[in-house]
Formats: sequence, C-alpha cells, structure tokens
Amino acid sequence: MDLNATLLVQSFTFLVFVFFMWRLAWPPIIKAMQDRQAKIADGLAAAEKGSKSLNDAALKSEEALKVARVQAQEIIGAANKQAAQIVDQARQDAESEKARIVASGHAEVEREVTQAKDSLRKQVGELAVAGASRILKREIDTKAHADVLNELAAQV
Amino acid sequence: MAAAEAREDSGQYVLHHLTNLKLDLRSMKIDPDATGFWVLNIDSIAFAVILGALFLFFMIRVGRKANTGVPSGFENFIEMVVEFVQGQVKDIYPHANSLVAPLGLTIFAWVLLMNFMDVVPIDWLPYIGEHAFGLHHLRIVPSTDINITFGLSLSVFVLMYIFSFKYKGVIGLGKEFLTHPFFIPSGPLVVLNVLLVPVNVILRLVEDIAKPVSLALRLFGNLFAGELIFVLIAIMAGQAFNGTVSGAALGFAGFLTQLVWAGFHMLVIPLQAFVFMILTIVYLASAAQSHGEDH
Repeated sequence: MDLNATLLVQSFTFLVFVFFMWRLAWPPIIKAMQDRQAKIADGLAAAEKGSKSLNDAALKSEEALKVARVQAQEIIGAANKQAAQIVDQARQDAESEKARIVASGHAEVEREVTQAKDSLRKQVGELAVAGASRILKREIDTKAHADVLNELAAQV
Repeated sequence: MAAAEAREDSGQYVLHHLTNLKLDLRSMKIDPDATGFWVLNIDSIAFAVILGALFLFFMIRVGRKANTGVPSGFENFIEMVVEFVQGQVKDIYPHANSLVAPLGLTIFAWVLLMNFMDVVPIDWLPYIGEHAFGLHHLRIVPSTDINITFGLSLSVFVLMYIFSFKYKGVIGLGKEFLTHPFFIPSGPLVVLNVLLVPVNVILRLVEDIAKPVSLALRLFGNLFAGELIFVLIAIMAGQAFNGTVSGAALGFAGFLTQLVWAGFHMLVIPLQAFVFMILTIVYLASAAQSHGEDH
C-alpha cells in the first residue's frame, strides 16, 4: 500500500504513452476525420449543385417543349392550309379540264354535225344531179353544170 | 483454491488479494513483505503497461489505416472516442493546443482499461499466475494500486506547471503565486500586501497540491473499494461448495451479489475514467489561463 518506485515508472510510462499518442497516433486520425468531413461537405455541395442543375434542366426542357408544341401547332396549321390549297387547286384544275373537255366535245359534235350536213348536202346534190341526169340523160353535161350544182349544194 | 483459502482464513484471503507482486529493487528479489520506496509492484506496472500499450497499438494501427473512405466498425468506434475527447477539450480548454486532447484520450482510455480489469473475476488471473508461473501474489487491477493513480496524477501535476510556465512565464506565475487571490492594488493599505503574500503562497500551495492528491485518491478509493467488495463477495461465494445448505445459499447469494456489484461497477468504471480525464483538462486549462482574466 505504501508509495514506492512503481509511481515513478508509472509516471514515466504515462508520459511516454502521451508522447506517442500525441505524435504518432493522434494526427493521422484527426487528419483523416477532417479530410472526410471536407469530402462529405464537398459531396453535399456537389449534390446540391447537381439537383439545382437538374431543376434548371427540367425547366429548360419544359420551355423547349412548350416552344416545340407551339411550333408543331403552327406547322400543322400551315400544312392544313397548304393541303386545302392543293385540293382547291386540284379542284379548279379538274373543273377547267372538265370545261375544256366538254367544250372540245361540243366542238367535235358541232364539227361532225357540220361535216355530216356537208356530206349530206353533197350527196343530196349528187342525188339531185344523178336524178336529173337520169331524167335528162345526155342533155346535160356534167361538167357544164357542175358550177350550178355546187351552188345548189352550198345552198342546201 | 479460492474456496479453500476462504474456508481456511477469510482475513488471509483478503490480505492475499491486496498484496502486490513486489520486486525489491535493492536486492532484486521478489519479496511480498518488501517495504520502503525502492520497491516495484511488478503486477500493477505490467498490467498497466500492457493495457496502455495495447490501446496505443490499436490507435496507431487505426491511424495508419485511416482514410477518407467509409470507416470500418472499429475505426468508427475509435473516431467516436477521439471526437468525444476532442469535444470535451474544445469546451474546456481555452487555447488551441495539440497536446491536451491526445493527453486526455490517453488518460481516459488507459484509466478505463485499467478499471475494467476490476470486473475480471478476481481469482482467475491470480490462479493462473500461481499455478502456471509460480507467482504467489498478483493484483490485476492497476488502478487499485495507489502508486499507479499517483503516478498518473503526478505527471498531470508536472504538466500543469509546464503549461503554467509556457503560458504565463516565470514572472506571471510568480506574480500569481504571490498576489492571488488577496491583493491590494492601491491606497494607504498597500503595505498590508506584505502580510498577504504568505497567505497567498500558502493558499496556492494547498490548492495546487490538492489537485493531484484528489485526482489520485478519488480513482484509487473508488477502485480499491470496488475491488475489496469483490474480494468479500468472493469469500461469500466461496462457501458454495462446503457441503452445507447454508453454504450453498450463501454461495448463490454471493453469485447474485457479484452480478449486481459488477453491473454497478460498469457505471463506476467509465465514470471514474471520465472524471480523471475531465479534471485533468480542467486543471491544465486553469494552469494555462491567467487568473487575473477570469476575475
């Protein structure tokens, strides 16, 4: 129980332990802890920044989407207009084509009618000449009376 | 063996458990009856050094492996302790000083480990020591040895004065010694300061000596008392196998008491370690602080 040399040894050992703890063990642990703290702080800041930029990107994409939607609407409108124009144009073309075809048909008919009338007249003339020549036989020279006949045919 | 001894003579059993393995440094012989200053309590110092070295080893190993990655379980635990001690130092100690926190941790961990030897069943290691190594006495709880606790507190005392000199200088410390707490700065009674100086010196001496003494005796008293109670409980539990019913009942009661006392000690052990550390930091803080400032 009495105080003895153990005390001195213990004191000395204590100081040695404190020295080693102070110089060897403590600094790397503290350094690692501080570094980790800094790293975590950096990580948190980066995460914050990331989430902020994500927000920004979302906003931006929303904006772009809006613009695109408007543009698409415009394009669709223009396309519709154009389509209607094309259809109109086509209709007009078809209309005029129809008119042209009908007109040409009319002209054809007219021409054929005229032709038929002409040939009919000619035939009537010829018939008349033939009939007359039969009646008159030889008395009438075909050549001499051709002018008269033609005049007649034109009059029919 | 414990039971047999307890039956033979409880007093002897107690005494046996409270006797250190002593080495007489004059004759270099192991002698349980050695007295005087030049005696070394081998058991106390050996356990103390082993425990302290073990902790230091783990600390250095953790320091080597420490990185900024995710800490492993043990590393986490050590870092928690380090952070705890550092927090205490930051709260108490006024200056930035790289020594105080490691010093506090060394004290805390070392005292804690030494105290924890108290809950190792008291006869295990002495039994092994006696039968395997032929050691007739073995006290395994270093902090129940007053030499160990005084060894710690004397180092703290020395550090206190080193800190005082470092922060105040010889003149500052001398002034504090002579003029604190009683001093008449001016007026017709300035002559009375001559009478106040010895009072101040005596007060200061008492104050300073009380610090290491109270540190050492508090730890020693708590742990020694705890150890003594464990020895007494062991005597009671030793009755368990003497063949009588009352003996068995006593043994069972001893077993229960042992559990309860060990549980209670689980509170005392860290508390005493914590108190030793905190008071050391407080003493160093007051040594580093000029007394003129905090009045």
